Amino acid sequence: MLTKRIIPCLDIKNGRTVKGVNFVALRDAGDPVELAAKYAETGADELVFLDISATEERRKTLADLVLRVAEKINIPFTVGGGISSVEDVDVLLQNGADKVSINSSAVKNPQLINELAAKFGSQCVVVAIDAKQINGKWTVHLVGGKVPTELDLFEWAQEVEQRGAGEILFTSMDHDGTKNGFADEALAKLSELLNIPIIASGGAGKMHHFTDTFINGKADAALAASVFHFHEIDILELKLELKNKNIPVRI
Amino acid sequence: MKLVIINYGAGNIQSIKFAFKRLGIDAVLSDDAEEIKAADKVIFPGVGEASSAMAKLKATGLDKIIPTLKQPVLGICLGMQLMCNHSTEGDTTGLGIFNVDVIKFSKEVKVPQIGWNEITNLQSEFLTSIPENSHMYLVHSFYAPKCAEMIATTHYELDYASALQKENFYGVQFHPEKSGVVGEQILKNFLSL
Repeated sequence: MLTKRIIPCLDIKNGRTVKGVNFVALRDAGDPVELAAKYAETGADELVFLDISATEERRKTLADLVLRVAEKINIPFTVGGGISSVEDVDVLLQNGADKVSINSSAVKNPQLINELAAKFGSQCVVVAIDAKQINGKWTVHLVGGKVPTELDLFEWAQEVEQRGAGEILFTSMDHDGTKNGFADEALAKLSELLNIPIIASGGAGKMHHFTDTFINGKADAALAASVFHFHEIDILELKLELKNKNIPVRI
Repeated sequence: MKLVIINYGAGNIQSIKFAFKRLGIDAVLSDDAEEIKAADKVIFPGVGEASSAMAKLKATGLDKIIPTLKQPVLGICLGMQLMCNHSTEGDTTGLGIFNVDVIKFSKEVKVPQIGWNEITNLQSEFLTSIPENSHMYLVHSFYAPKCAEMIATTHYELDYASALQKENFYGVQFHPEKSGVVGEQILKNFLSL
């Protein structure tokens, strides 16, 4: 049976992990490669690297990082952040990334989704969507949730599927950072409307939030950062808890 | 041990190269027929869309060479699918090594299948040391149905062939290079065939 995936997300700036990472037994908690290897050993199913650098050299720094990660870890990983062209994606995939995640660039140039799917296959195209509710309507936002667009979450999600996205990474800005659970209602609606996998993001705080998002939110995977980085939730313990709830997981 | 990864411009070969490097084997990337024929073991990778990958393979002339190879050959993901008779993806004629036609999952399930799923009914010395129900990483929309050459079964919508073998030709739908320690063991098994 296909298992539900647990995905730690590493924020990267200039080739280093940002946000304090409090991981025991790491020589260098700022080294994304070492952190990634640790997660791969301790039960993560997949990793996401989100680059938030704003320097001129960011493309090269990210490409180098991808190469170092691919050399070291034996589980799949996705790279996102500032990717805006076929050429960007080509370098990252050639260096060993399994998937790339595009966000603002897809909104600005939706045709990019079609181009990436045609050239590299849908399986490596993740479209990340950040949204929050405005007057009860789920509205797509850009720039880490700061800039609202005209797009409705559900309409945009259906469009990106039709254009060839292989997966959607949905972050609820209303839930992100609250540690009060994922946006399960919106997630369930996405799963009903779409026929591609949905990754839940934003709101993880307790183990039962993962159970909830897999059962009530119908999510295929759940992504979180700080609860894993600060060891508030141990991935193996989380998976045992999910298994107890009859949710299929890889242990 | 000379290991060659067929380099025909379709696929994430860096990950496969690195996976073997972690096992201490420096794989050579090649599209040269003589170099491929002279290898001890051959990896036939592939990701992306079937008809365009097949077109790239034909452009190298390697579509004629691969079915004649005598050493162990391992097709991974799309590589395995291209070793079959046909794929409905782009109505692609395959290499005809495995006697099965690749078809698409229905809309009953989410497509692509992305994630870790179990392999069962493991056969062939290539897989017998691997625990039943091991989880492997898969990303695919098309699959090989159950058939005589099946050496592993996975369930998604229905039971399908997640690994195939015919004589010296092996194919896996999953990505051993991305499937943790069990995946590494499968690569080791291939190296010791």
